[in-house]
This record gives sequence, structure tokens and C-alpha cells, in this order.
Amino acid sequence: MTIDIRTATIQPRRQTYANVARRIGADKPASRYEESMFDMQATGEFHYRPTWAPEYELFDARRTVIVLDDWHVLRDPRQFYYGTYTITRSRMMEASEKAFAYAERRGSLSAVSDQWTELARHYLLPLRHYEWGANMNNCNITDIGFGSAITQAAMFATMDRLGIAQIVSRIGLLMDGGTGTSLTAAKQDWLEHPSWQGLRRAMEDLFVEPDWFQVFVAQNFALDGILYPLVYRAFDDEGQKQGGGAISPLTEFMLDWFDETSRWVDAVMAAAAKESEANALHLSDWAASWTARARQALEPLATEVLHDREGEVLDGIVDDLAARCRKIGLRA
Amino acid sequence: MGKVSITLQNTDEGRMLVDAIVADNPAAEVSRMPALTKIDCEDRLSLRRETIEERIGRRYDLQELQLSLISLAGNVEEDDDSFTLAWSRGASPKHS
Amino acid sequence: MNAMPPLKQRKLSLKERYSHLTRGLGWETTYQPMDKVFPYVSYEGIKIHDWEAWEDPFRLTMDAYWKYQAEKERKLYAVIESFAQNNGHLNITDARYVNALKLFLTGVSPLEYSAHRGYAHVGRHFVGAGPRIACQMQAIDELRHAQTQMHTMSHYNKFFDGLHDARHMHDRVWYLSVPKSFFEDACSAGPFEFLTSISFSFEYVLTNLLFVPFMSGAAYNGDMATVTFGFSAQSDEARHMTLGLEIIKFMLEQDEGNVPIVQRWIDKWFWRGYRLLGLVSMMMDYMLPKRIMSWAEAWEMYFEQAGDALFEDLSRYGIRKPKYHEVASKEKHRLSHEVWSIFYNYTHAAAFHTWLPTEDEMKWLSAKYPDTFDKYYRPRFKCWSEMAAEGKRFYNPTLPQLCTTCQIPMGFTEPDDPTTICFRSAEYKGERYHFCSDGCKDIFCYEPEKYVQSWLPVHQIYMGNCGGAEVKDVLDWYHLNFGVDNFDYEGSPDQKLWDEWQAQKAANPV
Repeated sequence: MTIDIRTATIQPRRQTYANVARRIGADKPASRYEESMFDMQATGEFHYRPTWAPEYELFDARRTVIVLDDWHVLRDPRQFYYGTYTITRSRMMEASEKAFAYAERRGSLSAVSDQWTELARHYLLPLRHYEWGANMNNCNITDIGFGSAITQAAMFATMDRLGIAQIVSRIGLLMDGGTGTSLTAAKQDWLEHPSWQGLRRAMEDLFVEPDWFQVFVAQNFALDGILYPLVYRAFDDEGQKQGGGAISPLTEFMLDWFDETSRWVDAVMAAAAKESEANALHLSDWAASWTARARQALEPLATEVLHDREGEVLDGIVDDLAARCRKIGLRA
Repeated sequence: MGKVSITLQNTDEGRMLVDAIVADNPAAEVSRMPALTKIDCEDRLSLRRETIEERIGRRYDLQELQLSLISLAGNVEEDDDSFTLAWSRGASPKHS
Repeated sequence: MNAMPPLKQRKLSLKERYSHLTRGLGWETTYQPMDKVFPYVSYEGIKIHDWEAWEDPFRLTMDAYWKYQAEKERKLYAVIESFAQNNGHLNITDARYVNALKLFLTGVSPLEYSAHRGYAHVGRHFVGAGPRIACQMQAIDELRHAQTQMHTMSHYNKFFDGLHDARHMHDRVWYLSVPKSFFEDACSAGPFEFLTSISFSFEYVLTNLLFVPFMSGAAYNGDMATVTFGFSAQSDEARHMTLGLEIIKFMLEQDEGNVPIVQRWIDKWFWRGYRLLGLVSMMMDYMLPKRIMSWAEAWEMYFEQAGDALFEDLSRYGIRKPKYHEVASKEKHRLSHEVWSIFYNYTHAAAFHTWLPTEDEMKWLSAKYPDTFDKYYRPRFKCWSEMAAEGKRFYNPTLPQLCTTCQIPMGFTEPDDPTTICFRSAEYKGERYHFCSDGCKDIFCYEPEKYVQSWLPVHQIYMGNCGGAEVKDVLDWYHLNFGVDNFDYEGSPDQKLWDEWQAQKAANPV
């Protein structure tokens, strides 16, 4: 029911919240992203020190060596707030559901060669644990990161990684007829197979890394930056040649997700690097050392899947990462 | 033993659910308030997927309940065919 | 090629599917010791022998989560959109109602955000995948609530005062330190206490008292946008409540030694939550132009009756009802009147308007509170109204003494005597601390090293940390617009505009 009052007589008295107006100017209407992201986190007048980290305030900028005057420069170029985030993901998932339904109905994975199935179980399924680790690392950033801009986007990334772990698990269930045996075997690989130990060790080291910004760079830039193109592009291309093409539609989600999320990761690092030479140095060091480590960790797997093309493919991926670094103002 | 309870929104789907709950639990007491309906029932209250499907004429996933739920009291037991609220999940304390 | 016969897919039950997709995701770390990866799960004294024994209520996987939540969001934003386009604020019963929204946006919405971060903390630090996922889902849900509330209130902010700087006010304004300190108390505790405080005591035991009457009240007062975000949020809340009950049972079932620790937390957080809800009591009895039910009725329905069933169920673990629940029940006939009186006293320093109830409203209050209203509060309101008529509207010019624990001004009365203000005090390291009740004093005495840290607004003003020595300086520091956001509703810019809109409505009937 509308009420007939001429619109001229009910002019708004202000365009947006005062904290938003202080940032974007008073006479501008704000976006939903701005109204629900800026200044959501408390920055002062804290009552009690956390019993679990009494050396810090509940939210404390000193939990990383990165220094920013205003933490809201770490904006998300996707401008995700909860509503746009869930709607975007549910659309992506709808497409994946179709791929899963098709694979299930047609039994299309049984068309994959034995040899490639074996290999895919080995290179793909243990990634559910990698994703769970990435979930944990992003959850950690949500927990101790500073400012609502970075922490809310890290929250979305946290849930993304759980979602991807579950997509990988569903591929396993499709491969083992719903018994879960493939998942048990994949966990065994993750825990014991020599090819996986470099990656697992890197993840466990990140779990205890106190600087959350370093965790951000290591996980979301370096490790993902090598692993995603390697597994979901290079390995997948190899699969196309070896009768593994039926798996590809099931991992489309990951490719789309990686393209989208990289923009956020790059924007965050670029904004932090822009602020000071000191920030840029830290970020460059982290990017360089974790890229080297990620490459080393993934070499054994790359060799198993790509054989003698391993070096060439990894060189290409590392070059792409170096190009990303330069573009966002890091030394590479 | 005490009452379990479930509160639903007064939407089309919510009303249909209230109807289904009353059909499945004749002892349920229904209180209607602005925008919401609260249903109380002694000890336990169960909602069957079939009962809902009969009313909406399509497949219903019990997880869709989340779209209409406002509040509940009691232990939740959920499987593919029913959603149950009950006090005392049966087991006595099992201290290790 | 194609050596394998097509695989027959077993149709997995909800339980099996969930278990395959979540359980087993985590692993025992070996390159780094588990107690370094999960450093916070033992210092509170809670013993967990088997994280796998966790029962997952609402077995949601992310595919279903995205799907259902996206559907809720689409519906909600359609309502928010049309509310703004149709100037839905003109349809509310009376502009006084908006003051309840001001209290909500400045007092409650920032708590949703704090909950988001608090659950992220536990979602990172619990050991088992099941409880961690439940916490992470709640963490992102709470972010949702904070954001949808900002979006819903955005339209009101364009037309009414006092909604313009919620986060800033939440951190600084004197009465908002009540909700802020409550939540920071929980977030600064260990993960098990946090879940006991927020998931169980607040979400499971008390949250119905906040959301259900508030949202029903919003519906009754024509505020469809608020009803929609409220109920949309509540549909997540049902999941959260279930997490609350599960965590309590999980702790109690894991080790007998956990029982006394959990009981102490239940006692503490019941009282802390109950004191916080004092603000809701006044909202229900005084701030809704059209009322749904009284605070006393809500307390009876949502705490006394529902709590009886719950605590009877928990008694088999050796858990009893929270300490001082009987005091809360004794106070139910006076709580809202005492709290509203405090705000009437200090309306010059509040970011919302107050007023004296009309004769009709007092009739309702007499009927709902037959043993107390006419005897204690009607005469008080009559006196204040006479003073106002003589141009001597009563303001309390001195800053109030605050309870060190709940931080509410000392305005509550003795459990057995509604005419005597209740004062308690305790000494710690040579300093004397003051409390509004035995409940608050007990909480302090158990953990004095925590509560001596309290950022008490009145103390901070006297220490010169709040912008200056004059009330006006402090209000500037709060970002409270003097003469606009504060004082009586009568004569406020809100009222003036509302009356203009009503006049136009009358002149241009549809």
C-alpha cells in the first residue's frame, strides 16, 4: 500500500550513515557494500583483554607487521556483502549441480580410463584436506585480521573453501559409488604419500604462523596461485588427452572461483603495498618465499601427472604469478 | 516432562507447515500472534515429509523448513523423512 | 579404456552424505604439534575426550547453505527495496516507535557483528570438524544479520535522527557500554565459555525474548521491513539455538568434571544476559505504540515455562536452573518501569527520545502490572508530568553510579523491596567496586581481574577521556546531535516532521 504524498515533500534528510558520509562525502548515496562494510568492527574503548591473547586488544592492528593508516583501503573489488555473496555462489553452484546430476545419471565417470581414474583419485581427492586447511587459514584471518573490509571478505573465502572441499568430496563419492572408500584412501595419501608431504607441511606451518597478513599472502596468493592453475588447468588439460574429460565439468566451479577470487587477493595486496615501501617489501618477501615453497611442494605431484612437462608447466605458472606481483607493485 | 515448541512465520509456506504439524500432532496447541505462529506440544513434536508433500504437491526437502522457522525448543532429530523435537534424547549421561 | 562397469550410485541419506562431506576433513597434524595448532581448547579446564562424539544438528553442506540463504536474501532485499520506494516509514503507527529501532541499531546490530568475529574465533580453534563448521556457519550468519540490519535501517536513517552513527555510538555512549561490555566479556573468554554464553545462555535461553516480541511488535506497528529482516534472521537463529543446546550436552557428556564449570558459566551468563534484556523490557512496555505482550508475560512464556522444560531435561547431567533466576522472576513486575525511569532521568544524554506514557498506555500498564504499576510507578509519572507542565521537566543532572559488572546505572531495587535501591560492593586490591545486585557481585568476585578492566563510561568521563568536562563536550564526542537526537520526543525534529507527514496524509487521502 502506498501513501499518496507528493515525493517533493518527503525529501530524505540525509543520504547515508555518518561514518559512510565521512568517507565518501555527505551528499552521495552510498552503495550497499559501503553501508554494511565500513567501520563495522570496534576499534577502541575495549573493556577486557582476551584471556586467550592478553597481550592484545580484542581487535588489534598489531597482529601483523603490515601497517595501514586506514584499514578500509583493503576493499573487495567484487563489493561482496552477504546477500550478493550468497546469491553469486548459489548461481555458481546451480551450474555445478547440473554437472553432478548429469554425471550421476549417465554414470559418466565410468567412462574415464582406469589409469586416469587412479591418477585423479591421487591428485584431486586429497585436495579436500588442502581446502579444509585453506578454510582454517582464512577463518584465522577473519578472527584476528583488522578492520571489517578484509575480515568480511576472508569470511566469505572461509566458506568458499569448505564448499570446494565438499565439491571435491562429492567427486570422490561419484568415483566410489557413494561408499566413501575413495575419501579414506585420499586421506591416507594426504597423511602419508611422499608427493603430498611438502604441501601438508606448508599448511601446518601456516596454521601456527602468527602474522595473519603473511598467511593471506602464502595461502591465497602463493599456494593457490600455483595449485589452482596446476591442478584445475594443467592436470585437467592432461586429463582431456587421457580420457579423463568427464571430470572437467565437475571442477568448473573451482576455475571460475579462482578467477574471481584472484582479483580480490590482488586488490588487497596492491592496496597494502601502495601505502608504504615497508609494506611492499614485506609483501614481496612473502610472495617470493611462499611461491618458491609452493612450487617445491607441488613438484612431485606435477611430475606424477605431467611427467617430463612438469618443469615447463610450473615455470609458466610461476612466471604468471611474478607478472601478477609486478602488476600490483611488488618486486618479483 | 515439559513442552517442546516450534515457531513459524505467517507466510503461505508457514501456514501450510502449521497445518501439517497439527495433522501429524493432534495434541499440538497453536497460538497465533502478529506475523508468527507458535506451536507447543507436550514432550515431543514430529513433522513428516509426506504430510507436507501431500499439501504442496511436490517434493519437499525438510531442510526447506529453515526458510520458515523462527524459533524452537527441544532437541532436534532430523533425517530424510521427519523432523522431530523432543526432550530427553533417550540416552542417560554417558561420561567417559 | 572403459574397463569398469558403470558405477551404481547408492542414494545417500542426509546423515551419511553430511558425514562424508564434513567428517574426516580435518587431520592430526604431525609437522606441527596439535596443541600449538589448537592452543585454546584446554585452558578453561573443559575436557573433551572424543571430538567425534559431537552430534551435528541441521546437517547443512555449503551447497544447501548457499541455496537457502540466497533465497532468503532475495526475498529480504525485495522487501527492503519496496519499503524504500514506497516510503514505508510513513505506514508505521507512530514515530515514537522509531526510537525502538534506534536502540536496536545502536545496541544490538553491533553485537551481531561482534558475534560474527567471536564465532570465527571458535570456528578456527575448535578441534572437531563438526562443531567448527557449525561455528563458521554461525559466524557468517551473524555477519548477515549485522549487514541486513544496516540495510534495512538505512531508509529510516534518511528520515529520522539518532540512527546515523551506530558503531561509533556503540563504542562510546554510556548506556551502550551495557551491550558492548556484555559481548566483549564473551568474546574475551575461552571458546567453550563463549559458546556457553552466546550459543546457550543468550541464543537458546534468552534470545526469544529479544527477537520474537520485538519482531512481532514491529509487525503490529506497521514496520514490515524490520519484521522481514527480523524473521529472516530468526530462521538462522533456529540453527544457532540448536548449536547452543548441542554444545552444552557435548561438554556435559564428555567429562563429569565439566559439569561444575558449565554450571558456573550458565549462572554467570544467565544473569549477564538477563541484565542486558532490561533494555528490551522497556522497549516492550514503553516504546511500542501498539503493544504485543508485557515484559512479565514474555518472561513467563519464554523463560519460566520454556526454561522449566529445558532445565528439567538438563537435570540428568546434574545441571540446575541458573542461580538468581528467582530474583529475575521477582523483578519481572518492576524491571521495565525502573529502566524506563532511568532513561527518562537521563534523556538529555541519550541518542533516542523518551516520553511519559499516555493515560491509555498507563491503563494498559496497570492491567498488565496490577500489583506494582499503580502503587509505585503511576504516582512517579504523575509527578514528573506535573513538573513538566510547570516547565520544570525533571532531569537528573549528576552522572550516575554504574554497576561494575553490567554497567547499568544503579537503579534496580532490592529483590524483596521495590522501594529500596539495591547496592552491593566488594573490595579488590584495596579498591571498592559497586554492583546493582548479588548476581553482578558474584560475577565480579569470581573473576575480579577481568572486571577491574571495565571501561566504565562515567569513570571515563571523570577521567577526562570523553571529549571534555561538560555534557555538551561528551555528547559531541559521542557524535550525538544536541537538541536533535536527545531530549523528549515531544518537541523533537522527529515529531515535527512526523506531524507534517500526517497532516499531508490527511490532506491527500488515497
